[in-house]
Amino acid sequence: MSLLAFYARNAQEVLGLVAQHLYLVAVSTLLAFALGIPLGIVLTRRPAWQRPVLGLANVFQTVPSLALFGFLIPLPFIGGIGASTAIVALVLYALLPIVRNTYTGIAGVDPAVREAGRGMGMTDWQLLTQVELPLGFGVILAGVRVATVVSVGTATIAAAIGAGGLGVYIFRGVAVVDDTLILAGALPAALMALAADGLLGLAERRLAWRGK
Amino acid sequence: MTAALEVRGLSYELPGRGTRDGGRGREGGRALVQDVSFTVGAGETLVLLGRSGSGKTTTLKLINRLLEPTAGDVRVAGERAADVPATKLRRRIGYVIQEVGLFPHFTVERNVGLVPRLDGWPPPRIAARVRELLTLVGLDPERFAARYPHELSGGQRQRVGVARALAADPPLLLLDEPFGALDPITRVELQREFQALEGRLGKGMVFVTHDVREGLRLGTRIGLMHEGRLAFLGTPEEFRRSDHPECRAFMAAA
Repeated sequence: MSLLAFYARNAQEVLGLVAQHLYLVAVSTLLAFALGIPLGIVLTRRPAWQRPVLGLANVFQTVPSLALFGFLIPLPFIGGIGASTAIVALVLYALLPIVRNTYTGIAGVDPAVREAGRGMGMTDWQLLTQVELPLGFGVILAGVRVATVVSVGTATIAAAIGAGGLGVYIFRGVAVVDDTLILAGALPAALMALAADGLLGLAERRLAWRGK
Repeated sequence: MTAALEVRGLSYELPGRGTRDGGRGREGGRALVQDVSFTVGAGETLVLLGRSGSGKTTTLKLINRLLEPTAGDVRVAGERAADVPATKLRRRIGYVIQEVGLFPHFTVERNVGLVPRLDGWPPPRIAARVRELLTLVGLDPERFAARYPHELSGGQRQRVGVARALAADPPLLLLDEPFGALDPITRVELQREFQALEGRLGKGMVFVTHDVREGLRLGTRIGLMHEGRLAFLGTPEEFRRSDHPECRAFMAAA
């Protein structure tokens, strides 16, 4: 059976899985921004926290994704079977690149610029919002881009704990040794990752201030 | 008339290490500035001269509270610096540093208008002030206002830096080796223009340098810093004649 014929026959289901997949990625990356960017900013203000926090985020990154999903199932509140557990795992994965790049982007601002800003009488908040974030924006966005692309891929594994998404076809295809079925899940996921990469890359080129 | 700046008994000690030796008292911190006192009147330029590490830059940062003094008293235009919030204090003190530190993502116009904008001036007044200042430092507003710092030469950047420091018309200007990174020709050019400005502006200035010739040219008074203390304070003429060994050492190097 060809891929196109498969899609034609299962259009409803395919669209449903694509929507689930997008939902998992969108919610988890948005949560990861909401946590990761402030956390990255805090690290620039509390250098002593930098090692433990980045270290912990690194640890999450090294746990194989299937194992992380598995570990979360027995936990109360955040665990269990389904989308919410998958989102927790995806957030933990997306956190490192966002926190690290937020920190690096801000820490990379020329110290003379920071000293001039403080010396002129800017408050810490003004320095952050008018100088450090705009100048670090390109690096921060690069982290967001990596996090999003990785999330699209990792979200396929969420099917293993009943969270749905395009991984459903991949796991089913592996189980019954059906290449078309695997491809039916993998191809849209790959396209989604490419699209996210392309769009965020475009945003990076358009919006980020280019230093000289 | 109140002086632009009054410094009394200013000291700064690096925080000492905590006690590790079973309570035999804390190890003393290292003193970077000790008991420095001077007064700078309006229209006067005090040059702080000294070797690297003598405490010149630290003294400047103690005045605008980028560092908090461990002892002593600073008054800017009569008001105790410790009594105003640091950010408010700094907006009333112009600050120029060697690396300039222009905001690379701001145009020249926005860089110069920074402090007025922080203080909430109406935009037309900021625009007029920016044009006035750019003209004052010898940059044609038509040509330069819309440029970005990376489109300027080193000398032009420092001119913008001086204009930025003057923007909110502060009574006091602190300059930390402002011409130190420029090529010798541009440097002398800016020194000359600065000299012409000094008289016209009528502001109190503290100018840090380790270049004696620059100091003697620009200062109405010279303060020589040595190992954290003000070793000599007097007019350039008195400095030339002084037999203080550190003054002699500097004169010999000139």
